[in-house]
Amino acid sequence: MGGGRRRKRRFSRIHAFTCGKTSFKGDHSLIGGPGFSRVVYCNEPECFEASLLSYGGNYVTSTKYTLVTFFPKSLFEQFRRVANSYFLICAVLSFTPLSPYSPVSNVLPLLVVIGATMGKEAVEDWKRKKQDIEVNNRKVEVHQGDGVFELTKWMDLRVGDIVKVEKDEFFPADLILLSSSYDEAICYVETMNLDGETNLKLKQAPEATSDLHEDSSFQNFKAVIRCEDPNANLYSFVGSLEFREEQYPLSPQQLLLRDSKLRNTDYIYGAVIFTGRDTKVIQNSTEPPSKRSKIEKRMDTIVYFLFAFLVVLSIIGSIFFGVATREDMENGKMTRWYLRPDETAIYYDPERATVAAILQFLTALMLYSYLIPISLYVSIEIVKVLQSIFINQDLHMYYEEADKPARARTSNLNEELGQVDTILSDKTGTLTCNSMEFIKCSVAGTSYGHGITEVERALAWRKGSPLAREVMEVEGQIEEFKEKKLSVKGFNFVDERIMNGNWINEPRADVIQKFLRLLAICHTAIPEVDEETGRISYEAESPDEASFVVAARELGFEFYERTQTNISLYEFDPVSGKKVERSYNLLNILDFSSSRKRMSVIVRNKEGKLLLLCKGADSVMFERLAKNGQEFAKQTKEHIAEYADAGLRTLVVAYREIDEEEYVEFNEKFTEAKNQVNADREEMIEEVAGNIEKDLILLGATAVEDKLQNGVPECIDKLAQAGIKIWVLTGDKMETAINIGFACSLLRQGMKQIVINSDTPENKALEKSGDKSAAAVAFKESILRQIAEGKRLLSSSSEKSEAVALIVDGKSLIYALEDDVRDVFLELAIGCASVICCRSSPKQKALVTRLVKTKTGSTTLAIGDGANDVGMLQEADIGVGISGVEGMQAVMSSDIAIAQFRFLERLLLVHGHWCYRRISSMICYFFYKNIAFGFTIFFYEVYASFSGQAVYNDWFLSLYNVFFTSLPVIALGVFDQDVSSRLCLKFPLLYQEGIQNVLFSWLRILAWSFNGVLSATIIFFFCIRAMQHQAFRKGGEVAGLEVLGTTMYTCVVWVVNCQMALSISYFTYIQHLFIWGGIVCWYIFLIAYGAMDPDISTTAYHVFIEACAPAGSYWLLTLLVLITSLLPYFVYSAIQMRFFPLYHQMIQWIRSDGQSDDPEYCRMVRQRSLRPTTVGLTARFEAK
Amino acid sequence: MDANGATTSSADGGGSNSKASSKKNSRKPKYSRFTQQELPACKPVLTPGLVIATFTIIGVVFIPLGLVSLSASEHVVEIVDRYDDSCVPPNYSNDKLKFIQNADTNKSCIRILPVPKLMKKPVYIYYQLDNYYQNHRRYVKSRSDKQLRSKSAANDISDCTPEDKTKDGPIVPCGLVAWSLFNDTYGFSLDSKMIQVNKHNIAWKSDKDHKFGDDVYPKNFQTGGLIGGAKLNSSLPLSEQEDLMVWMRTAALPTFRKLYGKIDEDLPANKKIQVEIQNNYNTYSFGGKKKLVLSTTSWIGGKNDFLGIAYIIVGGLCLFLAVFFILLYVIKPRPLGDPSYLSWNRTPSGGQPN
Repeated sequence: MGGGRRRKRRFSRIHAFTCGKTSFKGDHSLIGGPGFSRVVYCNEPECFEASLLSYGGNYVTSTKYTLVTFFPKSLFEQFRRVANSYFLICAVLSFTPLSPYSPVSNVLPLLVVIGATMGKEAVEDWKRKKQDIEVNNRKVEVHQGDGVFELTKWMDLRVGDIVKVEKDEFFPADLILLSSSYDEAICYVETMNLDGETNLKLKQAPEATSDLHEDSSFQNFKAVIRCEDPNANLYSFVGSLEFREEQYPLSPQQLLLRDSKLRNTDYIYGAVIFTGRDTKVIQNSTEPPSKRSKIEKRMDTIVYFLFAFLVVLSIIGSIFFGVATREDMENGKMTRWYLRPDETAIYYDPERATVAAILQFLTALMLYSYLIPISLYVSIEIVKVLQSIFINQDLHMYYEEADKPARARTSNLNEELGQVDTILSDKTGTLTCNSMEFIKCSVAGTSYGHGITEVERALAWRKGSPLAREVMEVEGQIEEFKEKKLSVKGFNFVDERIMNGNWINEPRADVIQKFLRLLAICHTAIPEVDEETGRISYEAESPDEASFVVAARELGFEFYERTQTNISLYEFDPVSGKKVERSYNLLNILDFSSSRKRMSVIVRNKEGKLLLLCKGADSVMFERLAKNGQEFAKQTKEHIAEYADAGLRTLVVAYREIDEEEYVEFNEKFTEAKNQVNADREEMIEEVAGNIEKDLILLGATAVEDKLQNGVPECIDKLAQAGIKIWVLTGDKMETAINIGFACSLLRQGMKQIVINSDTPENKALEKSGDKSAAAVAFKESILRQIAEGKRLLSSSSEKSEAVALIVDGKSLIYALEDDVRDVFLELAIGCASVICCRSSPKQKALVTRLVKTKTGSTTLAIGDGANDVGMLQEADIGVGISGVEGMQAVMSSDIAIAQFRFLERLLLVHGHWCYRRISSMICYFFYKNIAFGFTIFFYEVYASFSGQAVYNDWFLSLYNVFFTSLPVIALGVFDQDVSSRLCLKFPLLYQEGIQNVLFSWLRILAWSFNGVLSATIIFFFCIRAMQHQAFRKGGEVAGLEVLGTTMYTCVVWVVNCQMALSISYFTYIQHLFIWGGIVCWYIFLIAYGAMDPDISTTAYHVFIEACAPAGSYWLLTLLVLITSLLPYFVYSAIQMRFFPLYHQMIQWIRSDGQSDDPEYCRMVRQRSLRPTTVGLTARFEAK
Repeated sequence: MDANGATTSSADGGGSNSKASSKKNSRKPKYSRFTQQELPACKPVLTPGLVIATFTIIGVVFIPLGLVSLSASEHVVEIVDRYDDSCVPPNYSNDKLKFIQNADTNKSCIRILPVPKLMKKPVYIYYQLDNYYQNHRRYVKSRSDKQLRSKSAANDISDCTPEDKTKDGPIVPCGLVAWSLFNDTYGFSLDSKMIQVNKHNIAWKSDKDHKFGDDVYPKNFQTGGLIGGAKLNSSLPLSEQEDLMVWMRTAALPTFRKLYGKIDEDLPANKKIQVEIQNNYNTYSFGGKKKLVLSTTSWIGGKNDFLGIAYIIVGGLCLFLAVFFILLYVIKPRPLGDPSYLSWNRTPSGGQPN
């Protein structure tokens, strides 16, 4: 195909279904009307009419902000969080006399927090910006007039420009194809970035412009395109081209979309019609749904609770304050005269005590704001980003072969990974490699191929040694063979009877020859010759088709060239024993479609014979065999059943000779049908094709293995042991899906299968009768009946504790997902050990995901690799994309991308568990430390007649959250581990802590809050009792407000940091640094701040050096308060650890004891850990 | 940038891609113990040994500490005398307010204080006020630290209302705190011999040196309509007005003592000290008590048994817990990791064993 010379190819004749003619009918009459108003003046973007229209440029931005909008917009985003806007109000109020502390000290923490978050936004947006710049500055050749094309930046493209795009380049905007390097003006387009499909799509220019092959032909080119307005629909387009005063219709067939790629075509010319924002792909890009984890949602609830609590405290305080203020004046006489209640501002006026109380309420709101952790959100964001870095950096999740590490695309959902209850998995490309390997075939009633499938291997292992050894031997041979000959992608076939030309010695060599020839001819693949090595590779619509061509090549029928009219092969000629070139005149291709389940080609061979070569699913093929063509039907059927059991995909191949008259008749009808433009076109073509695909002669069957990815069965086993349910949602047919189910041990022999199937004979009959509504009603009834039966079966087997599997097909799903059925259906599905939905559409996948997510309330994880999984990925709580071969669509809409399914094990059991644990402990701890601090402030108010005087210095207050206690929490959130990754994987049941949400239950949150109140109580009352009115040191001085405040603050810092040290179970130098560093920091700060000018340090001036440090009671008190505050928690955890251990604590036991210390204990825990699962390898072994 | 890289490389397609990219820079994460989260770490587990040892150590350390603190506190000799009631003449006992607000009444009052034990010098003299909210926000804020520090900031009186200025100009020191300065005075005599009260160095050194200026003199103080408390000697700079400094260190709690002075001689046991009190300060309107306190100090400060007792109790509790845990571990040894404790094993989902 290279070389650049144009060859006459009549592709339109070959592709019966894709290359239809378009005409001015239907939609085209809308042009010019509303919604179809776009007018493009091709090749004269500067002309007057075009300038009137002023369509936007081709500059594309994906950034959230611009320089101008950054501040207002991101600030707005920030203050949409209730907590933040509360702090903003506090900050504003702090400039009024209401404020209990100085404005600066109140504004600063808010600025730090907001600044950090905005900084993060800015950095992220800058990354997007850089990407935009790169895209916008890509270059493309644009017509500059006089037939000269020059390289121009993408962003400078205008509507109406004529561009020339070369092979393997991306289209810079939406173009109308004008002409290409082919005479036919066709081109191939790869739309992987749009829909994830790897196959090539054919586009064709309008005939009128197809002869513009040279740059110079555009010198005087003028045309006007009228078409629809920009919209998001990728698969429809309506327009017309006015060229040389004639109108030509335009359809999607002429539209080249931005971000798709030109393939197999040297160059094309196109006219820009949609630029930048107007392009379909950008119109199509929806904001990915922003997902928040359950923990964060619960955290919000807690914050609201705290708010409510804060308001209650403030109300209580202001009532007391109001009463006290009123009593300041008694019968016109001042009681607390030193407050001068006779001459006061409104805030303390006894005459208007109610107003004063209300104002005091505002003051109290500000004062107790320390109950709300201001830095919580920003700390969590920092922690999550760091956690994602760890996920990205994990070597165990790096896939060497594709050079792909795991990538957490959003950091929002790390902890959600630890709570997954149900995994909804795609099959192809996710569980399987999406590489089809030709592994067996049955020709002329004989089965060939020694390859061993995953399934057979797994089964062999299960069955025990003798066969396993055999398998090993065969595998050894294969390995040997593979070493000798470079392994070929898509080919895993070993059989010396056929290979290396040995097939000529087989009894039915003639059939084998026909069989292999058919494989080499009957397909739509396009060969690509690597110019350096001379090796041929194939571009095919599906990987199994490619595997046939590859198999034919490896067995001596090498397909090397396709033209519009010919298919050329190098054939092994049994007579001469040499390779000979042979070409076949290609007459028609009858495409594959899901309803036909077969494809055929009609060729004329050199001898002039007309052959119809056909391959298709066994269900449709056997009924089309001729009476005399069933020679091997019985054996072939047996083989097909055998192959299917082994988890292989089978196709039946057959052929037929056609006589000339029949063909002429067929061709007429066929051409007529093709030239139809009405809705019946497809049906007519099908009918015509069906009429000729009959009386076939059976040759044999092929078996292709849909290879499982490495480690998938083991991974599924681990996940099942962790108590995670796994559902498979696949677009494949039921048989394949069941095969894969067996291969992954999701199904096993002896498992009861509930199959809900709409393919029953009576349903088919109904469908044929044509009464669609009656059929639908009957369908639904049948589905309901099947579900009811399934439930009965389920309840009877649950008594016998048998595992049940549910298999549903897509058509049944339509009804099962209807509003009135879905609850019953879900109930059934949840009761089953494994669920497999086959033949499901992308939308159904998403619907099933939503059903599970909303109805059970549990966390769902969807994993998939293709564009058809996008809906499911976005719908699920977590979407995991497999960054495999099938495009980037899934990855782009996923939350986390991994390269292999098996990495899911580590992602969930290790990272998920850790992150869940970290975030939940972190949040609990955050509330603890703020409640502990906030309550000391509140308690003090009781002793200060609720006047709003804080016990601490302003700067102590404001630095509490951002400085003295923030780093240890972040360290906790990033580094803490309850048990090592090795043990996480060894005891998968540990994962249940997340599913059951043990570590973030309301009880636990409440307990931590209570602990906070307890600590505050101990700190406050111990401090005021110890430092009441007597001298607190030898010099006779008494402790004033500043000394008491400093002492209490010291106690808080110690207690809060040591509580952290007590509650984490993993001390690296980082933890030591942050925890002890936090305490040391406090003393350093105290000294430094105290040394500043009294104007700045106010009450803290020299307070440590002069007053506290020399006083023995200060230090004694600190120690006492510290130990006493920690005692309750310590006693609690000592008892819990010993007598009511959580699962991770048991594992910690085992680790610290050393396994040998207490083997019985260890064995016990482990055994229980390997709990009886209903699916997975282990279950298979046990089921024996 | 990342995302884009991924798009293009995968779009290149095929196997040649992986080779090409490995030749370039591989995206394989670099190994380090940090990134793989395998840093060497100490992983403490609350084993019985550790728990018991912790409790024992706390107990063993705390009880002696408590005893030492308690004995220090016990060695302090303290005399407390409440005089607000008794220093009002009986004819005013129904209207104490009238007595205290009348400038003409004789406010002096004699109290006899027996010395229970030998009080070694220095003996500190405190006055104690009850139910007096020096920590009220209005009160705390009603001062000007700048004004106190330097002469030039005399007009910095914005926080001081209503005691900010008179018609003659700003009040120095301004604000409610200074205005309400305590003005009872005490004269001590032992065996009818006057005891010198040393009023030097009763304030914090930092106050004298840095917070109260030596060029700031009281001005317009207590000249307004309402007289709050003590007047100041306007010829002395603020840095020498130690009573004011002591007063202006706001007390933390509504019951507080403030240093009045020191007695630099030993007070022998069983002697009686005669105190002549000028009972000027009005605590009657808000029902506050006034007390005179004479106290020695030890290293732990004044008399307060709280620290000592708390240490002993907590230490004792820990020892008790240590014994308790020993018994628990002996009597009820660890149940062999019975996971039936785990909540999710109580209601098995899916298949049941056996």
